[in-house]
Amino acid sequence: MSFLRLSLVIAAKDLRSEFRTKEALNASLSFSVVILLLFSFAFDPTSAMTREISGGLLWLAFAFAGALILNRGFARELNNDCLDALLSSPVSAAALFLGKALASFVLLLLVEAVSLPVFGIFYNVRWSGRLGWLAAVVLLATWGITVVGTMFSALTVNLRLRELMLPALVYPMMIPALLSAMQLTTVLLAGEALAGDNLLWLRLLIGFDIIFTALSLALVETVLVG
Amino acid sequence: MYALLAAAALLLARNVYVMLLVLPDEAAQGAVYRIIFFHLPSWFTSFAAYFLAGLASALYLWKRDNRYDSLAVAATEVGTVFTAMGLVTGMIWARPVWGIWWTWDPRLTWALITWLIYAGYLMLRKATEDPSQRGKNSAVLNIFSFTAVIITYKAIDWWRTQHPGPVLSFRTGGGAIDPAMEQMIFLNWLAVMLLATVLLLLRMRMEQNQREVDALRRHLHAF
Repeated sequence: MSFLRLSLVIAAKDLRSEFRTKEALNASLSFSVVILLLFSFAFDPTSAMTREISGGLLWLAFAFAGALILNRGFARELNNDCLDALLSSPVSAAALFLGKALASFVLLLLVEAVSLPVFGIFYNVRWSGRLGWLAAVVLLATWGITVVGTMFSALTVNLRLRELMLPALVYPMMIPALLSAMQLTTVLLAGEALAGDNLLWLRLLIGFDIIFTALSLALVETVLVG
Repeated sequence: MYALLAAAALLLARNVYVMLLVLPDEAAQGAVYRIIFFHLPSWFTSFAAYFLAGLASALYLWKRDNRYDSLAVAATEVGTVFTAMGLVTGMIWARPVWGIWWTWDPRLTWALITWLIYAGYLMLRKATEDPSQRGKNSAVLNIFSFTAVIITYKAIDWWRTQHPGPVLSFRTGGGAIDPAMEQMIFLNWLAVMLLATVLLLLRMRMEQNQREVDALRRHLHAF
């Protein structure tokens, strides 16, 4: 089977096992809604100031909720030594990684698809005509978060303090993607066109995705196999 | 190593004498500008250390020689020390010149992010018990981390920042800084690099000794 087919098989397997239990999905969803609720206490949700930071709030909620999904990425294979079995199968580590990243990507997009309308209602967002761009930014940034998160999930999978180490390591590394997404989302929610400095943020986001996808695919074999 | 330490101390003493008593005050900032003689060398040194750490990590992944792993951790630790020094000297300078200790300007923010990322590397090392796993996982993380150094270095070109733009001739083409002051920056960089090299060698020897102790201990428990 080709590399891409193998990745899709792994992704389908991960998604199937997740949809049977829905443990990460439910936890991540309710966590994301709880965070959006908590933010409404920290900032007056009706003020104009909150509209200016709305992109930031949204992506913080996604990043926190995402950590719950990403943590499960490789950890779900620890039971019954499934990770060793997968690695000894003819699936290359890079294909395994890509499959897991794709599965987490889909799950995180699902969480975002539910949180976004909730966010719009709570924070009185007027959806302007920039929805196409907004979707592009969401897809690019979510892929960036997922690819770095999945890689770090592989790095920390054998640690005792896995759940603590992953967020401590991964959030600083995600900052370029998160920061770009926050800036661009705020601009797009305000109904402005992307120009000038904002194009720089878009370039940074695309560059982040390309560089970290390439680095992860090249190095994941070393991390998982040796 | 003691010769290096002595050379660093002598050069530092000579530099401090020249910068305090020979070089004049800067026209706009007065006496406080002198902190640049430590601020810039600290950053150059920390970037050089991170570069060395990244290189050593890549070499470790290629050759699997433990000495490269020790070099990577030693260089990273020295790098974080000089990053901290760069941040602190910057804050001391910003207080009188900008009126604030810290501002969330892209250059400053990225510098802080870099520091946090490399602190994460040191944390991951501490948390991983198996030596070969520790070696390869932290080497991979170190290579990832170097992207933050590149962004920090380029931040003053990419964004409009409050942090001063490039002053040294190799980036401006000359004219932005007095030659005597520029020479002083490089001379003090040499002094700081000598000091950093001593620290690096010491830390590397420590790591090698630690590895030996761990190996002996495992050997002992095997029986």
